[in-house]
Amino acid sequence: MPRSLLPYFLVLQRLGIALLTLVIVSFAVFFATALLPGDVAEILLGQAATPEAVAGLREAMGLDEPALSRFIGWLVGLLHGDMGTSYVNNMEVADLIGGRLSNSLRLAGVTTLVSVPIALTLGICAAMWRGSIFDRVVSILTISVISVPEFMVATLSVLIFAVWLGWLPALSYGVDVDSWSAVLRAYAMPVISLSFVVSAQMIRMTRAAVIETINTPYVEMALLKGASLPRQVLRHALPNALGPIANAVALSLSYLVGGVIIVETIFNYPGVAKLMVDAVSTRDLPLIQSCAMIFCVSYLSLITLADVIAVLSNPRLRR
Amino acid sequence: MTPVSETTRVSEDTKPSGPTFVFNWVGRVGLAVILFWALVALAGPFLSPYPPGEIVDWDYFGPVSSDYWMGTDYLGRDIFSRIIMGARYTVGIALAAVTLACTIGVVLGMIAAVAGGWFDMILSRFLDAYNGIPSLLFGLVVVAAVGSSIPVLVLTLTAIYMPGSYRFARALAVNINTMDFVTVARARGEGTPYLITREIFPNILGPVLADLGLRFVFIVLVLSGLSFLGLGVQPPNADWGALVRENIEGLSFGAPAVIFPSVAIASLTISVNMFIDNLPTRIRDRSE
Amino acid sequence: MTGTHTKPPLVSVRDLKIGAVTDSGREVEIIKGVDFDIAPGEILALIGESGSGKTTIALALMGHTRTGCSIDGGQIRIGDNDVTAMSRRARARIRGTEVSYVPQSAAAAFNPSMRIIDQVIETTEIHKLMPKAQARSKAVELFRALALPDADTIGNRYPHQVSGGQLQRLSAAMALISDPQLVIFDEPTTALDVTTQIEVLRAFKSIMAQGGCAGVYVSHDLAVVAQIADRIVVLRGGEVQEEGTTEQILTAPTHPYTKELLAAFEPLPHQSVAIAEAEDQSPILEARNLFAGYGAMRNGEPAAKVLQDVSFTLERGRNLGVIGESGSGKSTLARALAGILSPYSGEVLLDGHRLHPDLTGRSKEDLRRMQIVFQLADTALNPGHSVGNILARPLTFYHGLRGKTREKRVIELLDMVHLPANMRHRAPSELSGGQKQRVNLARALAAEPELVLCDEITSALDTVVAAAILDLLKELQTELGLSYMFISHDLSTVEAICDDVLVMFKGEVVEALPAHEMSEFATHPYSRLLISSIPRLDTGWLAGLEQDPELIAQFANR
Repeated sequence: MPRSLLPYFLVLQRLGIALLTLVIVSFAVFFATALLPGDVAEILLGQAATPEAVAGLREAMGLDEPALSRFIGWLVGLLHGDMGTSYVNNMEVADLIGGRLSNSLRLAGVTTLVSVPIALTLGICAAMWRGSIFDRVVSILTISVISVPEFMVATLSVLIFAVWLGWLPALSYGVDVDSWSAVLRAYAMPVISLSFVVSAQMIRMTRAAVIETINTPYVEMALLKGASLPRQVLRHALPNALGPIANAVALSLSYLVGGVIIVETIFNYPGVAKLMVDAVSTRDLPLIQSCAMIFCVSYLSLITLADVIAVLSNPRLRR
Repeated sequence: MTPVSETTRVSEDTKPSGPTFVFNWVGRVGLAVILFWALVALAGPFLSPYPPGEIVDWDYFGPVSSDYWMGTDYLGRDIFSRIIMGARYTVGIALAAVTLACTIGVVLGMIAAVAGGWFDMILSRFLDAYNGIPSLLFGLVVVAAVGSSIPVLVLTLTAIYMPGSYRFARALAVNINTMDFVTVARARGEGTPYLITREIFPNILGPVLADLGLRFVFIVLVLSGLSFLGLGVQPPNADWGALVRENIEGLSFGAPAVIFPSVAIASLTISVNMFIDNLPTRIRDRSE
Repeated sequence: MTGTHTKPPLVSVRDLKIGAVTDSGREVEIIKGVDFDIAPGEILALIGESGSGKTTIALALMGHTRTGCSIDGGQIRIGDNDVTAMSRRARARIRGTEVSYVPQSAAAAFNPSMRIIDQVIETTEIHKLMPKAQARSKAVELFRALALPDADTIGNRYPHQVSGGQLQRLSAAMALISDPQLVIFDEPTTALDVTTQIEVLRAFKSIMAQGGCAGVYVSHDLAVVAQIADRIVVLRGGEVQEEGTTEQILTAPTHPYTKELLAAFEPLPHQSVAIAEAEDQSPILEARNLFAGYGAMRNGEPAAKVLQDVSFTLERGRNLGVIGESGSGKSTLARALAGILSPYSGEVLLDGHRLHPDLTGRSKEDLRRMQIVFQLADTALNPGHSVGNILARPLTFYHGLRGKTREKRVIELLDMVHLPANMRHRAPSELSGGQKQRVNLARALAAEPELVLCDEITSALDTVVAAAILDLLKELQTELGLSYMFISHDLSTVEAICDDVLVMFKGEVVEALPAHEMSEFATHPYSRLLISSIPRLDTGWLAGLEQDPELIAQFANR
């Protein structure tokens, strides 16, 4: 194969792997929810239901068909945007998710906009002045945030900003969000909590990526040419660390997926995650499946993006 | 750097010193806290002043007092006793899951690295795909499907963290496998079991143990997260995550019933991280 | 000091002390009070083995110490600058302008994501020495002076698009762009093949002669230094052993360590070991039309073919040397013979009987009779086992020894390679390089082999240590009646131990000769080029050397 095509081949390969993964994941999600014990019809009709009623419902829901054909039917439906009907309130799942999804995406988007610049700056600075007081403080803070569960970061922010300081409302998603300050206040708590979780990972990984390039002979060579510390880092180390850093950003953002589940629950934020957690308590399987697929797709896209960046940023492949 | 290692080389007439593990104070504090919680988890029932399920005080969300060292919860139960019992669930479940996950992962990883070929390829691809599922979500889905019980929690957490452990051990073993001493053993005619147990395993043990520690932290976090969502350990029993959930209403006025379980989780996970971060580099990255 | 020093010296180093903190937090002094001067325009060589502190001193001249090290005392003066007393900022100002640096591995010292020309002229940009266009044309001039091909355009490439020897010369251009007063060469040719080394050395020598700037040349190789340096400082363990003009150090050394270094450089030629043998014994090892390579197999041939049609015979009790440069396939040959990489065509015969190509198909007895010893003892000894365990395993595996008898045999083996018996309780990491290589050898001997394949086993060692290992090999051969196949890139090592020599080039054997005829009677042009490229301990060697440029173009790995 011509050398110049190699990067594209590798990228295509990664995308192929991602697609394959998605199929396996959807398979796992479908079978975990649809095949494991607990007959849906029985659950829906409750303890008092007659066996005839259960059988009738089973037939109506298509639960009698073989599992594989149900899986394929479900997958095909999903591809057409048909997510099925909720067991609990007979609404189209797509309708239930619709507005919620944009809420969650907005939360994730704002968090990304806030955390990426802050995390990159802190990570690069910590690497540049490694061993300094600044570096140590950043290290201790990031380790602490990573070590505690997401819900603790969130509850702690509530404790500090809402209870002690009284700056922000504890439960955030207000009804009237017409003024800018109201929007700001409504998003502040969830965004702050999520940003902490995501940034801590990003800072650590960025710092590690930059330090690795700072320790190379070509950065020492720059030092021996008389280059200043910022020049060594910004001119020589950073361009070579871009791949690993972009990789770190994408990987850290995948933590959003886990974080969002907790944060939406705590702040009663009307997003997909909250919807899913509620669906789990009512065992509304079509809803759970669709939400799970949404999360898996976003998680996988971020991981694949990280992978593709890592491939493309290899200087030996680039040219 | 060469000059340093050259001058610190042990001269021929000194006695063999044997491995000496020097931890700095941060590492020691971490280890002390870990041992403390392990002890509490073991000796739980003998330590708790009240039965953890009994309502002992009519004043719910009671403050810290000489009777109730960490206050009381939303029903008036003694938080100190409930945290001690919670340690059993949190530490026990996480330890069981991490041991299972790492044992399976490391064994499979070493076999894949030494055997190579299609076995390695299929297993690696499959487990990579498996890694494409976010961990908390996986837990949610399984619990939604089969309900929550302690064996289910242990197996779910094992399933979530086994692929990572496999990947980690495989990468280390692949590195070691290319080293000359393995080639020498292979050229001598040694079989795969010998290569795995005698040549590779001793050289990945240090990093694998460090990885086990970090994985333990993740498991504690996911377990607490699940419990916090009400999908982990079920009432009347409670691990630390469930304790936080039960008493979350006390948050708005800073009740000790929310704060102390949170502190318990944080103290355990931060200590493990502190301990691992300060392991002598010799143990942590011998593979490098 | 010599009489040429009428002018005040350009550089003076007085009582330089550098300390380091080890991994375990202990502080040690690695440079213990070093003094020397360098006159303007003079090239001073710092000679020493690994751990002698030569690179540390060279970097200290630029006011730089690597992580964990610090200048603890003494004075370094360059021109009017007192480097040791300067602020960080002031040191940065003289780096690149007054003193510049040519690194050991240019391949690693060039930033992979920047064009070469931008890196070469970066010094002028940092210190605002000249406009960019002027710097570029100056760089092209330097490229020409360094005999680089395509001088006008080579700078527009990225580092990975240029060969190692060219990068090394480009790094010299990078150092000279600012007309510094002092250039530090840090083992600049160590990583290169001998045929490439010649060209780079020539380019350095001529450009230093034109420029009139002073130089520090750090090296472990006396013969290389003899070609380029005016004066030599011999270092060991962070202390100066001897200092003198190049001529004097080479011809009339006074310090015993210098004498030892010189002696190790020219080992005694090999005396064939007479082994009483039956008339019609089959050769111990024979290869017939061996082909081997790496990568996926297609139509019975691998993607990357390395060995091409290699045949030879090795008679019992004799030693066969294999020489060649990097990429010649000599290590692949050893692996193919040992069955680690199974040859896809051809056969290997041990004592007249055909071996299975793959080692999994060979009997334990076949494996026992032929042992392989690798170059890097560091990676060849399992760090997780004690020396005793490492030696015990083959005893159990091949001979079924256990308990006391095995312990006794381990001690015997250690004694055979001149190591004390209590060494068996040590971990490999506690041993020096030479000790590790002895253990490595003892492990092969534990199998009681008839043939030992030695893959560059002395290449990673310091000259004196390597010479001792060669002596040990000879001694073991007379005691145990072994045969060796000795693979090396270094002709003098091969001559010291071998009866016959194979010269390999790009996977083929281009010439096979008795060792003592190599230097005089080799006929293949590549063999001639290789032999003539090996530096001699003679200050006039490089200047007097005439090589056919077409030959170089044809064969050198530039």
